[in-house]
Amino acid sequence: MSPRTEVSRRSFLQISGAATGGLLVGFNLPGVGAQRFLAAEALPFAPNAFIRIATDETVTIICHKSEMGQGVYTSLPMLIAEELDADWTKIVVESAPADEAYSGIMGMQITGGSTSVMTTWDQLRKAGATARWLLVEAASKRWGVAASALRTEAGFVLEGTNGRRASYGELADDASMLSAPASVALKDPSQFKLIGTNVRRVEGPDKVTGRAEFGLDVKLPGMLTAVVAHPPVCGSTVRSFDGSAAEALPGVLKVKQISSGVAVIGRDFWSAKQGRDALKIDWDDAAGSGFSTAKQREEYLALLDEPGAVAEDEGDAAAGLASAAQRIEATYEVPYLAHAPMEPLNATVHVTADGCDIWTGTQAQTLDQNAAARILGLDPKDVRIHTTLLGGGFGRRATPTSDFVTDAVEVAKDEAVPIKMVWTREDDIQCGYYRPMFVHKLEAGLDDAGMPVAWHQRLAGQSIMAGMGFVGPDGVDTASVEGAAHMPYAFPNRRVELHSPEELVTVLWWRSVGHTHTGFVNESFIDEVAHAGGHDPLELRRTLLKDEPRHLAVLELAAEKAGWGTPLPAGRGRGIAIRKSFESYVAEVAEVSVDQGQVRVHRVVCAVDCGIAVNPWNIEAQMQSAIVYGLSAALHGEITLEGGRVQQSNFDDYPVLRMSEMPEVEVHIVESTEAPTGVGEPGVPPIAPAVTNAIFALTGKRVRKLPIRLDEAD
Amino acid sequence: MISLSVNGQTHQVDADPSTPLLWVLRDHLGLTGTKFGCGIAQCGACTVNIDGAARRTCRLQVSAVEGAEITTIEGLAEDGLTPIQQAWIDHDVVQCGYCQSGQIMSATALLKENPSPTDEDIDTAMSRNICRCGAYTRIRAAIKQAAGQGEAR
Repeated sequence: MSPRTEVSRRSFLQISGAATGGLLVGFNLPGVGAQRFLAAEALPFAPNAFIRIATDETVTIICHKSEMGQGVYTSLPMLIAEELDADWTKIVVESAPADEAYSGIMGMQITGGSTSVMTTWDQLRKAGATARWLLVEAASKRWGVAASALRTEAGFVLEGTNGRRASYGELADDASMLSAPASVALKDPSQFKLIGTNVRRVEGPDKVTGRAEFGLDVKLPGMLTAVVAHPPVCGSTVRSFDGSAAEALPGVLKVKQISSGVAVIGRDFWSAKQGRDALKIDWDDAAGSGFSTAKQREEYLALLDEPGAVAEDEGDAAAGLASAAQRIEATYEVPYLAHAPMEPLNATVHVTADGCDIWTGTQAQTLDQNAAARILGLDPKDVRIHTTLLGGGFGRRATPTSDFVTDAVEVAKDEAVPIKMVWTREDDIQCGYYRPMFVHKLEAGLDDAGMPVAWHQRLAGQSIMAGMGFVGPDGVDTASVEGAAHMPYAFPNRRVELHSPEELVTVLWWRSVGHTHTGFVNESFIDEVAHAGGHDPLELRRTLLKDEPRHLAVLELAAEKAGWGTPLPAGRGRGIAIRKSFESYVAEVAEVSVDQGQVRVHRVVCAVDCGIAVNPWNIEAQMQSAIVYGLSAALHGEITLEGGRVQQSNFDDYPVLRMSEMPEVEVHIVESTEAPTGVGEPGVPPIAPAVTNAIFALTGKRVRKLPIRLDEAD
Repeated sequence: MISLSVNGQTHQVDADPSTPLLWVLRDHLGLTGTKFGCGIAQCGACTVNIDGAARRTCRLQVSAVEGAEITTIEGLAEDGLTPIQQAWIDHDVVQCGYCQSGQIMSATALLKENPSPTDEDIDTAMSRNICRCGAYTRIRAAIKQAAGQGEAR
């Protein structure tokens, strides 16, 4: 099922002349839901997403999705340019302001859930096709020729093969006088010239020359910099503080308390940072000082002996287990994880007489706009968000509390000048938002032939969506159980139950959300079922997926390209995993070795079906990226707390994958005529189980806890 | 006042001598291409070339580099792109791009010292730079192209 939106004409189009001449095509982007996301309400017409065709031939596309490395500044304009038959070299991308016109998933302007291309596939192509129709119509009227006798190519309307031609820029003013058509025809995919080709990212040149502007690079006249002292014990509040030593420093201008801690405003970052180091703060840490993840783990293990909210109940799991010829059971664990995007979180805020301007790399403009409006007592419309490039996102820049923007707005409130509020890496790693810790307990029953006939899974972990207000009356956060409930494998008698305890730690979507843990757990345990039943892990999956053609296709492709079943060099093992997430299908085969307890991943073969491959190079890059992100977590990632303090602080004790650990990665894309689906996240879930399944194949040790520590494996 | 030579220009900077070079570049000279990532010389986002060698600047006091020749990403090419930057474009290396100034400065220093690096040389030199987007495969390929070894894309 691919999410689709029918766009009514009323809500879709408005044509007008641009203030500076040329053609402005405005369109509204009502949202759709991909699975758990709620569909947006119909919105009043507010044309703020534009294609602007200027008389100088520039085609400006205003992009309402944030560019965080996933490639939307290239792939979304490609959708428009394809139908417009634009000259790609004339495309300019601008980031959109915050506006309810852009509300999409969950009724908000937000970039996430691997939804950007999937939810705009029709709208943006229709916008491009409409602009093209208007330009053709303008040429038709100018030349007195039927529109059907005209064609378009690379920014021109042409008559016949040797007839007249006019550029889009020349026609833009005329086109702006016309009314939009009731409907436009879209190209058949076989006619695509741009979609499906390898297009280099538009902002690439700026990013290799240092010109690209991230939030941290914003420069404004009179701007000062702030650094905030956050509590060392999560959940603490300021009882009192002494800022006199900080204020005595030459570069420090002000010390002020905000809701998250104490802020120091300085002439520049280093001054403010030194000021922060000089603060003396008495924290009330009663709320958090007793918190420990070791204790939490014990509580979760005990909780798994109790029934939970039912996320899936097919057939009779208990009876199936009772009558099974063979039963296996296992407990799996994953820790809290920090997102750790390369650019530390920051926002620059200027509160003015007529509202507030915010420059930041955000994934959630609507949340930030509302948070700022609440703090400042403004109408959200008077909070103007200028979205910069994001130095990585991975979910961290879309938080229900707008934490880093809130810090910045509170600091800048009542200040006359713009304030850039910068978190250090320690601020990012400690007491922020995390992928929740989860513990799963599973039982499977196998028949005489070694095939699964029952499955019972209980899991415990915090709800992410509860914090966003999106949990149904059954108490099941579908984001907690996605990929555990309703597995694609065909066998009877399944029950999945969920516990969603509340904790001190704040949790958030982390690249691929629930699939980060269910991908590991379920793809490991199905591997255990295969081995227990005496089946090859590929063969078992193939059998259980025989009625799932898209699953099967990626599974077979990855296995074939990886040489599944062929001999490996001595000391190497091979593992496979598959996962559908964000409507895309990904299978990965990992090849590993183990040397003195250290796991080395040598090669990863990835097969992906994400529908029509809009920009294959970008898909390849996103799969490589997802594999690295998932490997970082599988091999190293762990956030622990003791006494309410996060025990990690930076890349020295929260290590991530480096070049020296980078495997060879091959990406194979399944050809498809289906509508495009997610690309940013779906490569993450299969990598951890592909690696741990390979470790089992090599060593007979089953890794049931991440990060991988072989001395703890059975 | 501290006298600094950055990208061929001499600057007089009014900064505390213990200020890390990173913040002098970014906040005093406005050269924001060099990035802040960790502040403890672990991630390499702040890498510049000092007398041709890759150095991390977030822990390097500005007073220590008086008289040295400092090159930042902004000063790599006088006009256009260096072959390394061009290789980065050809391979469409960047994703979020935040770490890439540092990656390119490390690669530049590597190829200056070792114009024909082996895979192991590349891994060793480039492992000082973290890329959370995981562009490592393409970074490797781009360095090989720039070194005249690998395939151009």
